[in-house]
Amino acid sequence: MTREYDFIEMKFPSNPEYVGLIRLTLSGVLSRAGATYDDIEDSKIAVSEAVTNAVKHAYSADEAGDISVGFAVFNDKVEIIVADNGQSFDYEQIKTELGPYNEDDNINYLREGGLGLFLIETLMDKVTFKKEPGVTISMTKYISESQVQPNGEAISK
Amino acid sequence: MNISIDVTENKDEYLVTVKGELDVYTAPELKQVFEPIAATGEHNLIVDLSELNYMDSTGLGIFVGTLKDLNKHNKELHVLGVNDRIMKLFEITGLRDLMYVNKNSEVE
Repeated sequence: MTREYDFIEMKFPSNPEYVGLIRLTLSGVLSRAGATYDDIEDSKIAVSEAVTNAVKHAYSADEAGDISVGFAVFNDKVEIIVADNGQSFDYEQIKTELGPYNEDDNINYLREGGLGLFLIETLMDKVTFKKEPGVTISMTKYISESQVQPNGEAISK
Repeated sequence: MNISIDVTENKDEYLVTVKGELDVYTAPELKQVFEPIAATGEHNLIVDLSELNYMDSTGLGIFVGTLKDLNKHNKELHVLGVNDRIMKLFEITGLRDLMYVNKNSEVE
C-alpha cells in the first residue's frame, strides 16, 4: 500500500535571512500541489508568521539553532509544520500529538503584538499546536479539487 | 528577496518608496528610515508600496508604531499603492480603519 501523502522535510538556520527562502520553498510546494495564487499568498504569510515567531523566540541571541519545516502533501490539502527546536519529524507520531491552542497555554509569546497568531488562524484552514519540546505549529491549506487533476498537476487557466 | 527604500523630502512631507519584500529580515531597515521622521514629527509621511511584493505582521507593526509617533505631532501617515494582497492584511487586521490606506498612488 502506498502512503497517501508525500512528506518533504527541510532544516533552516534560525536566522531572519532564511525566512524568505522558506516562503520561496513553500510557494514551490503549493504551486506543484495545485493551490491557487491566493491560497499560496495566504500560506506564505501564515508560514512566515510561524517562522518569524520561531526565529525570534526559540534561541537566545548567542545560540545557534535550527528550525524544521515539514510539508505533508496530500491530494486535497497541504499541511505545513514548523518546529522551532530543529528536530526531525516523525509525521505519523507528531500528528497524534498536535492539538488546539488553549488560552492558558504557556506559549504566550505567540500573542506578542497579537497579529502573528491571528493571521495564521485567519489565513489557514486548520491550525494545531504541540508544546514541549519547543513549539510546533501545524497549518493546513485545502486545495479545491477543481484545480487539481488526478496526476496532481494543476490545470492551467 | 530584499528591500529597497527611497526617501524624498518635500516641503511638508516625506515620500518613502518601498520595493521588494518586507519581513522580519528586511523590517529593521525600514524602521531606521521611519523612526527619525516620526520622532521629529515635522512632516507627514507618505509611503508608496506599489512595488512591494510581500508584507506580513512585521511590516504592519512598523506602520502601527510609526502612526502612533506621528499622531503625537498631529502628523499624518498615508500608505499608497497598496496591492490587493497587502490591502487584505490591512483589512482583516482592522488597521485600514486607523490610517489612510489606498490602492492608488496619489494622496486623496
